[in-house]
Order: sequence, then structure tokens, then C-alpha cells
Amino acid sequence: MDVKFVRTICPYCGCGCEMLLQVLDGKAIGTVPSKTNPMNQGKLCIKGWNVHEFVHSPKRLTSPMIRKDGKLREASWDEALEFTASRLREIKEAHGGDSLAFLTSAKCTNEENYLLQKFCRVGFGTNNIDHCARL
Amino acid sequence: MTNSIAEIEDADCIFVIGSNTTVAHPLVAHRVYQAKAKGAKLIVADPRRIHMTLVADLYMQQKLGSDVALLNGMMSVILANNWHNKAFVEERTEGFDKLEELLKDYSPEKVSEICGVPPEDIVKAAELYARSERSTILYAMGITQHSHGVDNVKCLANLAMLTGQIGRPSTGVNPLRGQNNVQGACDMGGLPNVYPAYQPVIDEGVKKKFEDAWQAPLSQKVGYTIMEMMHGLEDGSVKGMVIMGENPVGSDPDTNHVRHALQSAEFLVVMDIFLTDTAELAHVALPGACFAEKDGTFSNTERNVLRVRKAVDPPGEAKPDWRIICDLSTRFGLPMSYGSPEEIFQEIAKVTPSYAGLSYERLEKGGIPWPCPSADHPGTPILHKDRFTRGKGLFHAIEYRPPDELVDAEYPFQLTTGRFFPHYHTGTMTRNSPTLDREMPEGYVELHPDDARELGLKNNDRAKIVSRRGEVVSKALLTDLVEKGTIFMSFHFMEANANVLTNPALDPICKIPELKVCAVRVEKLKEPEAAVAQE
Ligand code: SF4
Repeated sequence: MDVKFVRTICPYCGCGCEMLLQVLDGKAIGTVPSKTNPMNQGKLCIKGWNVHEFVHSPKRLTSPMIRKDGKLREASWDEALEFTASRLREIKEAHGGDSLAFLTSAKCTNEENYLLQKFCRVGFGTNNIDHCARL
Repeated sequence: MTNSIAEIEDADCIFVIGSNTTVAHPLVAHRVYQAKAKGAKLIVADPRRIHMTLVADLYMQQKLGSDVALLNGMMSVILANNWHNKAFVEERTEGFDKLEELLKDYSPEKVSEICGVPPEDIVKAAELYARSERSTILYAMGITQHSHGVDNVKCLANLAMLTGQIGRPSTGVNPLRGQNNVQGACDMGGLPNVYPAYQPVIDEGVKKKFEDAWQAPLSQKVGYTIMEMMHGLEDGSVKGMVIMGENPVGSDPDTNHVRHALQSAEFLVVMDIFLTDTAELAHVALPGACFAEKDGTFSNTERNVLRVRKAVDPPGEAKPDWRIICDLSTRFGLPMSYGSPEEIFQEIAKVTPSYAGLSYERLEKGGIPWPCPSADHPGTPILHKDRFTRGKGLFHAIEYRPPDELVDAEYPFQLTTGRFFPHYHTGTMTRNSPTLDREMPEGYVELHPDDARELGLKNNDRAKIVSRRGEVVSKALLTDLVEKGTIFMSFHFMEANANVLTNPALDPICKIPELKVCAVRVEKLKEPEAAVAQE
């Protein structure tokens, strides 16, 4: 039996409560609020207390999918990435970088947000990047 | 936020406007209750009788979209009684004359007619806020999601500057950001007009700086906002779209239009942790890792940069989005070879002045609020202490404008939207969490008992709600949380999503859509229709 507690941050609201995710044999099984954190001081709300539950939901997307004959079908990473990269290249070449648009995410990390805006700005020479800050 | 969450506890007066804090920011609400227990006065202004109104010293139920009038009214009272902070206005602000001139037209009596709040309450609110030693303003999307959202925010800034309730502990103008990392996404330049740290894309020098850092030519043209992208997809100027971890079909106004727009894309790629309504429309859907499966940082609403740590492996073939972007970019012909999020963070610190002093090593001890310009800087919990970002704080004289869509004979109700306590945003995560789903497995529409009686609706009856943009069916809940003539719905439930109905009219400056007010009609669903809707 392998048990550990991993210090991390609740992914729901902007409060950013610190918590310990309880992990048993590679599965998140519980959440404990961080007592020493000066913001949440040992407290979480109902969403935070139950945050581990969606992590292992059977409905998670677990494989890349490509639309074929109108339906999304499982594909390998190789195939999905190659196809995506070539379609993006084609569109950029045919219509210019401004014909592409990117949505980054208030749910992803700073690092991921940074990379996507860099990919958009450098790869396509466009500033067509936004996210749902206003929503 | 200009100030930190913990400081709220020591405020003498807290003014909550357009924020259902208890539901959307429970741990901020906790501080408000603590402050109250220590003797703080609480003013709540909200068109809906939210939970926090139960403990408020003063509750103002302003009409939807009338915030500018209400705030101007408070300020005119403050001036008339000489409750403003003259020294602060003199030393730290400019543009006062124009504001003073404008406020002459906003007597409490006149304002009362617009916003429906009794004049004596406006006076009381003004006095409490202005004359308390430390007053703080908390607001959220109830202020911003309007076609005059920027006006609302400027009015709050006016109020804080007029009374000098800013730049000190437990004061300030504090927007509560709805999503864990909406602050970070903005900080990182996930916006069409700015690079990381809000450096404008139109600025020649800034462009040069990033061209050097990234070794590539960049565009000086402001890009499209999300709503403009949707229009672009429809008129063909935008052909392809890459979406990471967002569900615009659920979260954006006028769902039918958004769906149509995304379907018009020649190529749509979506990275997400679930097959959301948006991902279902994609040509390629890529499985991302959730917060528990990756390392990185989030920046919370207090601007605190916080470390997220990997606890478990992603399921199946799923990968962290940063890896997906690296792989995709490399295949696209722009090699990216970051070995870890930490490496990316080091680059962020190099090009983002407000993050320059931050490192994973420093964050190990706990979050640090930006601006943090150097490795020995402790971070900045309170903004605008001695000066405003632009130097002097600028007053804006702002006239009240009504909402974009007003009620009429055909659409006699006003719809407003928000969250319910167990759920979050479009429900992607919470509805896949069994405990939370059990708390509230389906949504409902709140309507006033008097209105319900006239429509012949009882609790749990199915109501059809129709706007100019679409219709949804939802269970009715009779409650006086809402005023007569107003109904409330959430956007957690894709099968009955308020955003099918909402108005995409935009604020002219920041392009935020008017999600908080639109005109609708409510009907009782006829039996056969109800049977179908039940399925
Ligand atoms: S535990 Fe609740 S209050 Fe804390 S960050 Fe998560 S959702 Fe927000």
C-alpha cells in the first residue's frame, strides 16, 4: 500500500485554497485542507472537499480523437498531432496567420497559458488569442 | 484584487456588490463573516436576495443594470455631506471637477427612481462606506457582465478614490475572479491586446522586446476577442481554431450562435479533460491532464502565485497541455523542447516583469503576490499604496445607461444568471463529481411566487423560457430571492443552459457580454411537451 499526501491548489474558484490530495496506490481518494496556509487556514468549501472525485471519472477523455465520416474516433497521438499540425500549416499558408484563432484557459496553468500564447504569436504571427476572462 | 483576502477580516465596512460571494467565493465569504463578527458593517447591493443579504446591515436591491446610477447616487451624497477625503483627492487623483459636475444630476431621489433603492438607504450606504476607517469593495461578475461593465468598474474606482479607501490595508477595490487561474491566464498574455504582464502589442518597443526574446517576427495588430472570433468563423475570416480547456458552447452568451460558429470552422482542435459540448464539435480532440496530474502554477484572485503539484498520473493516453503544445508546436515546425513546467516558468520570469523575482524554489514556501520584480522582493499584497499605476488616479465622469435589452410586451421578464453552490461554471468538473452531482442533479429557474401564480406555475413544474435567441426548459422554483419580474438561472446544466438565452451585446471597451441581463418570456409547458422534456 502506497499512501501519500500531495500539497496542491484547488482548481475551482479564484480563492486558490491550498489542499493536500490524498493518494492511495496512484489514485486520488480524498482531500484535506492545508492548515498552515494563511489564506484558507484549514478550510475548504464543498467543491474543494470533493475535488478528487472528478479526477478518476470514467468519462474522462483518455485518447486523442479524430473526426472521420462525421464521428470522433480514437487515434494515436502520432496521427492526431501530425494531422493537426499539417491542417494548421495548410490554413496558415492558404489564408495567413490571422485566419487562425486561439483560446487559452482560465483552468490551465500559467505555464500552459504562456506556451499557447507563444505558439499563437510566434507560430502564426497573430494576436488572435483570448480566453473566457469575461465569462 | 488590490488587496489580499486575509485583509478583509480587519475591514470596518465591507461593500459587496454584484458578487454572490457565499456561493462563488466561499472562502472570501468566510472572511466577510469573520469581519462581521469583529464588528464590521456589511453593505450588500444585489438584484437577487442572495444569502449574504441575511446578515447584511444594509441591503440594497437595485434593479438589474442600474449600478452606475446607484454608485453615482452614493457619491453625490458623499460630496453633499463633505464625507470625501479631500487630501487624497487633491494629492493622488485628477479629473475631480468633471465628476463633481456630473454628480449634480444624481441626487438620491432621482437615483432611487432608476435603481429602485429608497433614497435613505443610498444615504446610509454612502455614510457607512465613506466614514468608516477602512472600507473595502468586493465585486464580481454582477458588476462586469454588462454592456456597461467597464463603466461599473470605473464607478467603483471613483468611489474608492473619492473616499481614499484604497492603498491601505483592508481597503481597496477587489474583483473576485471566478476561475482558479483567470488571473494567471491574463497575466500570461492570453489576451488579444497584450503580451505577458499586460505589455501592449501595439507598442513598438514591447514588440521588439518579445521579438528578441522569442527570436521571431511578431504582429503589432490587436487580435480578435472571443466574441469576434465567433463572428469571424461565421463570416469566414477565421478558418481554424485551437481551444485549450475552455467550453465556449456552455459559457458564452447565445449558445446557438456559438455552436453554429464553431461548426463553421474549417478546422477545430480542442484539448480538454472531458469530451465537453465544445470538444464534441472538434475535428481533433486531445486528452489533457487535470490539475492533479501536472506541475505548474496558478495565480489566484489576490495575485498570489501558487504551486500546483502532480499527485497522480493522467488517465490512459492523456498528457499535460504543456506537453501537448510542445509536441504540436514541434511538428508544426516551431520546435519547443521544454523539459518541465519549471523550465517554462523560468522563461516566464524573464519576459514578465511582474513575475521576474519568482521561481519554483521561492514558491515552495508558499504563494507570493505579484508584482515581484526581483529575487529579493517579498511580493506586493497591497496595490496602489503610494501611487497608482498611471501616477495619479483618474476620475471618470460616467452617465447611467440602461441595459442593452429591455423588457417589452413580448419578453416581459428580465433574466439574470449565476451559480448554484455545489456547481461550477459549465459543470464539466462538478457534474462529474458524484457528491456534488447528488447535491443538485438538475438546475432550475427561480421565479417570484406572484409571477408564478399568474403563469399558473407551481414548484417543480416545467417552465419554458424563451428569449430572442433561443429557448430552454427548466424546473420552476418559486422563491422571493428574485424580485417580481426577474428570473434567475445558472449555466451549469448543459441540457437547460441559461446561455441559450443570454444576450451577446458587448461592452464597447472590454467586449464583455451582457450575461447578467436579458429579456425573456416564461411559459408553462403544456403536458405533451412536458413529457418530452422530462425524458
Ligand atoms: S475550496 Fe472552494 S473556496 Fe477554496 S478554491 Fe476551491 S472552490 Fe474556491
